[in-house]
Amino acid sequence: MALSNIWVVVEPANGQLTTTSLELLTHARTFGASVSAITWGGSGASLAAQAGEYGATTLYDAGDLAGGLPGAPVAAAIAGLVASAGAPDAILIPTSYDGRDIAGRLSARLDRPVLTNVTGLTDEGGLQTEHPVFGGTLNVKARFTSDGPGIIVVRAKSFAAEPSGGAAASVSSIAAGDLGATGTAKIVTSHVEERTGPKLEEAAVVVSGGRGLGEAGSYSLIESIAKLLNGAAGASRAIVDAGWVPYSHQVGQTGKTVKPTVYIACGISGATQHMVGMKGSKNIVAINKDPDAPIFQIADLGIVGDVHKVLPALISALEGRG
Amino acid sequence: MNVVVCVKQIPDPAAPQSLEAGTHNLDRSGKLILDEADTYGVEMALQLVDKAGAGEVTVVSMGSSSDLSGIRNALAMGAAKAIVVSDAGLRGTDALGTAKVLAAAIKRVNPDLVLAATESSDGYTGTTPVQVAELLGLPSITFAKSVTIDGSTVKVDRQTEAGYDEVSSPLPAVVTVTAGVVEPRYASFKGIMAAKSKPVEELTIADLGLDGQVGPAGARQEIVSVEAAEARQAGEIVVDEGDGAERIVTFLDSIKVL
Repeated sequence: MALSNIWVVVEPANGQLTTTSLELLTHARTFGASVSAITWGGSGASLAAQAGEYGATTLYDAGDLAGGLPGAPVAAAIAGLVASAGAPDAILIPTSYDGRDIAGRLSARLDRPVLTNVTGLTDEGGLQTEHPVFGGTLNVKARFTSDGPGIIVVRAKSFAAEPSGGAAASVSSIAAGDLGATGTAKIVTSHVEERTGPKLEEAAVVVSGGRGLGEAGSYSLIESIAKLLNGAAGASRAIVDAGWVPYSHQVGQTGKTVKPTVYIACGISGATQHMVGMKGSKNIVAINKDPDAPIFQIADLGIVGDVHKVLPALISALEGRG
Repeated sequence: MNVVVCVKQIPDPAAPQSLEAGTHNLDRSGKLILDEADTYGVEMALQLVDKAGAGEVTVVSMGSSSDLSGIRNALAMGAAKAIVVSDAGLRGTDALGTAKVLAAAIKRVNPDLVLAATESSDGYTGTTPVQVAELLGLPSITFAKSVTIDGSTVKVDRQTEAGYDEVSSPLPAVVTVTAGVVEPRYASFKGIMAAKSKPVEELTIADLGLDGQVGPAGARQEIVSVEAAEARQAGEIVVDEGDGAERIVTFLDSIKVL
């Protein structure tokens, strides 16, 4: 049966839709179905041109959430839309903090299953999802066996974002209704952590540090090399959890997905959780003192050595080249 | 203050993992351990109850195995008791089914706060705690990097793409914690001994009234195929003899990054 209707949850950030949202819109329109987008924040009118440019004909806006976390109200508004407009074939949601919250809430509200960590989506007489497992060594393909809508949470960079040149989407308001206790979690203050240089997701060179650095102070080696290569500094989950660097630097399953020209992993052993986020890099260089570290299995160049010797030497060499 | 921590026993991530032929379920036949990601929630709960000066920590878990050593580990850390929904019919339960089981078990405790990891270290679905919150009609705050209780309010620093948000919610609530939230304690010898006699209530699907809603019948999704991903070939691996940096520079030159 041909797909007729796909909804895509699109996240607003700084007055625009996030890149992952645009990737999902782009991919949704390849199925020949009608694509609608769902956002929140009450600035739907200013996002309508961008949503339309990437393929949405309608943009539903759940409105200003008055400081509430998006999970509960946006899921409730989508459930309301399912009740009034009928269920689409699928609802695509970006993998992000708020995206996962919306997906979980919506799944329980609609009593429909959710498939997460999706990196591929095809129409095989019904939607079929692809999921990398065990650090990306296996590809699992899955599908829903119940009536729609299937809820599909897609990882960043699974698809390319390409404009279709479509006209601005028509904006329509949707409402959450009474949320009871579920809507009572409120944002009191937002803190933005400043960072310089290219964005982690967009940099051609990513230099990442892990537990092998030994201490928080050694992360400055990573930052120096990233700067010398005009790249971005990343991190493994281990050192983010340890509080050495902010979460915005994290590469991996629960962090950013990066696909740079070269990824330089320093003191990172290559846990499954990390590999999923960087395995798509064109070239991988790894420096680790453990010759059995899994990261060496996917490295184009592996240096078995001490990051505290190799990195300072690399900094000198790069500085020497001016 | 009574706190429930949702925990999961998983195959040791350090051991090779595989999917069972036929069902494509994760092979759980080996020894199961307490998911390390859950130890942060257990520790956070113990500290919050300590600070409140009253109440206790209950761990709630779902699984298909009768092996409870991971649960005993949480009790050895200091949790007072455990509720374990253990039923062979739970094999192949999906995230929403898991949430239905956990929500039904949590209702028996009626806690002030439910803590969980942001995701398990075997399945990585990452939606179960929020599904539990929705089923229980509770607010939820995910990705907490700090949790404090102020009267009947929970205050959380929640990770965001740009930094973090200070979020507050009335209790009861569901909060998922990241691994950075606290440093988990090691179980003491005394704790390990005490854990042996702590109450573990074992329930079945029928005890919770969830027959037919969970397990493979309730999953409503299936794996179509499992294939080896295109393998990335390992390249040149060399031991640093003082020339490591030079080799990296040569490599970067060769791919025209410099």
